[in-house]
Amino acid sequence: MGVIVSDLKKSFGDNVVLNGFSHNFTDKKVTAIMGQSGSGKTTLLAIMMGLLPPDSGTVQCPAPISAVFQENRLCENLTASANIRLVTGKKYDRHEITAELLRIGLSNCENKAVSQLSGGMKRRVALLRALLAESEVLFLDEPFKGLDLDTKNLVMEYCKEMTKGKTVIFVTHDQRECEFFSDEVIEMNMFG
Amino acid sequence: MKKRVISLLCVFFWLVVWQAGAMALNQRILLVTPVDAAVKLIELIPSADFWKSVMFSAGRILSGFALGLTVGTGLAVFSGRYVFLRKLLSPFISVLKAVPVASFTILALIWVSSKNLSVLVTFLICVPIVYINMLEGIDSLDPKLKEMSTVFGIPPMRRFVGIYLSQLLPYFRSAAGLAIGLCWKSGAAAEVIGIPDGSIGEKLYQAKIYLETADLFAWTAVIIFVSWLCEKAFMSVIKLLVKRVEKM
Repeated sequence: MGVIVSDLKKSFGDNVVLNGFSHNFTDKKVTAIMGQSGSGKTTLLAIMMGLLPPDSGTVQCPAPISAVFQENRLCENLTASANIRLVTGKKYDRHEITAELLRIGLSNCENKAVSQLSGGMKRRVALLRALLAESEVLFLDEPFKGLDLDTKNLVMEYCKEMTKGKTVIFVTHDQRECEFFSDEVIEMNMFG
Repeated sequence: MKKRVISLLCVFFWLVVWQAGAMALNQRILLVTPVDAAVKLIELIPSADFWKSVMFSAGRILSGFALGLTVGTGLAVFSGRYVFLRKLLSPFISVLKAVPVASFTILALIWVSSKNLSVLVTFLICVPIVYINMLEGIDSLDPKLKEMSTVFGIPPMRRFVGIYLSQLLPYFRSAAGLAIGLCWKSGAAAEVIGIPDGSIGEKLYQAKIYLETADLFAWTAVIIFVSWLCEKAFMSVIKLLVKRVEKM
């Protein structure tokens, strides 16, 4: 089952962010959500993830879910490896996580506290955490933000491979990311 | 290695200054030489009475410290959760912070026997330090990590260790490091005022009464050393815990 969103409405005071948004996000496909800033993409994702209650409307979403948030939301005192194990539990051992970190260009950082990593490295740890977590649906909010071109290419390839057979809903502003990664695209205008 | 040599040389320099000062003054009641203090300490160490006094004071001061850590942390957790409690405790903590050790001690002598005086005094010294540090840590907890853990469905125990404990341990470490030294200082001061039998404080008091300055220096050295040892041992345990949590 994909993610079914029906007639979502959400306002913050007088500011209407979503005004009756509906969409069936296809099962096991990557759907990109594009749209200008302030069009409600992140709010839509927060509602779909259950972090924000809608004013009205419904969301049907299979569990479990995982996510890359707009911010990295990593535990800064923990190592990169520990941040991943925090969500995966014993599903992967240290060596397996180290191997996966290497595949996205993160060598010798598994035992470093996240606070010591650069912005791009943190983003990759946040992405790997989401990809390795047990999930039916992945919500990715600008997952390749802050990565240089070569790293972005490497990580997008990896991401495409790792999300095969999963329902992915991903927010981006980048047309190239969208073309490379997504099976379908929806454009959000102001008020959804 | 080089740093250690420099540190040792600095210590040696001050010992030489002390020795020269004491020799120039030539008044053993006012100032003994470091050699005299060391000789006295060597005389004290083999005696059973010495170890009884150390154990007596250490047991009580560390009990007060442990109790202060527990209560300070507990109060901070509940104050972080309930604004009313935080406001209610605010004047009480401010008073605890400001009241001099001597006032605590004299008041405490009315409430408890002099034997357990240092437990109460060190507890009262420790609570505000731990409370203030832990509350600062709790206030700085990132609420977005709570959302993250909800989305990923992280189990409660793993959530507690990975998210809360990992963020609060640095605050706990600095609070405990600061508190343990102060507990020894205030505990010894309380014992000097209350003079419980068989305590280090009693030995310091006797040194004052009989003008045994060498004893005073020797017992002071003992307090400094035991306090340092307790701090190192406790901090090592916390460090291990931090490393363990960091790597999960």
